[in-house]
Amino acid sequence: MINHIDLSTVLRRTVCDLYSDLVTRPTGAAVRDGIEKQLSELGERSLTVIDFSHVGLLDYSCADEIVAKLLMRYADTNAPRDAYFLFRGVSDSHLDAIETVLERHGLAIVAQAEDGTVVLVGTVDDPERRAWEAMLRLGRAMAVDLAREAEIEPEQVERVLSALCRRRLAMELDGSYVVVGAVT
Amino acid sequence: MTTIINLPPSLDDRTFETVLEHLAPVPLDEKVLLDGRHTRWASPYGLTALLTVAQTRAEKPALVSPESDETGSYWARTGFFKHAEELFEMHGTTHRARASGESDVLLEITPVAKSEDVHEVVGRIQQKSSSILVKELNIDAKATMGFAMTLSEACQNIVEHAGRGGWVAVQTYRWQKRLGRRVVVIAVCDAGVGFRQSLESAQGRRMSDRWDDGMALEEAVIRGVSRFRDPGRGQGLAGVRRYIGRWDGKLSVRSGTARIAIVPSWDEDVPLEEKLPPFPGAQMQITIPERITDR
Repeated sequence: MINHIDLSTVLRRTVCDLYSDLVTRPTGAAVRDGIEKQLSELGERSLTVIDFSHVGLLDYSCADEIVAKLLMRYADTNAPRDAYFLFRGVSDSHLDAIETVLERHGLAIVAQAEDGTVVLVGTVDDPERRAWEAMLRLGRAMAVDLAREAEIEPEQVERVLSALCRRRLAMELDGSYVVVGAVT
Repeated sequence: MTTIINLPPSLDDRTFETVLEHLAPVPLDEKVLLDGRHTRWASPYGLTALLTVAQTRAEKPALVSPESDETGSYWARTGFFKHAEELFEMHGTTHRARASGESDVLLEITPVAKSEDVHEVVGRIQQKSSSILVKELNIDAKATMGFAMTLSEACQNIVEHAGRGGWVAVQTYRWQKRLGRRVVVIAVCDAGVGFRQSLESAQGRRMSDRWDDGMALEEAVIRGVSRFRDPGRGQGLAGVRRYIGRWDGKLSVRSGTARIAIVPSWDEDVPLEEKLPPFPGAQMQITIPERITDR
């Protein structure tokens, strides 16, 4: 099941019902806390759409608290659950702050454009990008097919796919792989 | 005994140094009177720094307001007197705000102490700045969000590091003498602990023999070092630097006895000034010039 979190709603509920801007670290920390509370009510494995559509301004501090820290927590080997995220409604100005914090921490996200297409944003090495794009083209696919499509050595592909899953950019489903967002 | 210090005719970040030079030898518990009768102009930095000076004095200082109606009216429009009345013993003419075509107050002098204040500042600036930045400064509409982000991060420096409240003001005006163009100026001043002490409070931090205000500013402003161990910290000032770089702006930060600046080609400032008269806290100025188009 796909969970949907409207950040402006979380902001108003957790911080102040008059705010529409995601600014300051305390605000970001409170919003992240609100997101994590919702995640804790979901099953062991979940895909959540984090929706920025109704957010005005996003500053660097808030982007760091919400996007970077959320990803770092769930990309960690000690993550509380197997949670994946798709970022939606991200404007150019949001992207400026998000890209900056992702680069700082060496992270990446999957963002969904208005037309439904998904893109990688942030720091991704070349084999990861090729594997992810191959996955996007093929849809749900086995490692051997992805290795061929992405032109990655078969002995390397498992490591690359495992990294994409750990980084929350792809999901493993019964031995095959799929891009986060392609399953919405 | 009261020490009288004359405010310069033009009160900005550079001339404010003369005020600090005169203040430096005066003990904090000794009365000072700042005489602004002959002051004709003040930048947002000049006005917020005046309020900050008052916060640093143990004995409530006195301030004589400008004689010029035009100057006094502008100071009133910035909201200066409203705050000054609480911090200074006021003397001289009482001025009221009148409209003026040459300068626009985008954000009145606003106290900043907590996260909620930053939300308020950001909300107010977005309502007012968008059309002025686009129409008068030829700055891309998309950049107005970046401007609000820059303001947000500059104000958060007070909330996160100063240890006490400070002031922010934003104004546009024609900078005829130095640039011949309009500029938008953000001033953020506080009388808190300053960059050196803030960084010293970082757990396990080892200071070099050269450690001083200048080095603390280099660490924080240029290298993005923060007192927090969290690797995500220090991005705010880096973001401010990126924004001013994109729009050919200038950033200067003064703290303690030093001042650091990211200097664009249109300005002749020095990158680092040391051995300045002491001024507690941190004082930041961001200047974005009007863009020259081929129209």
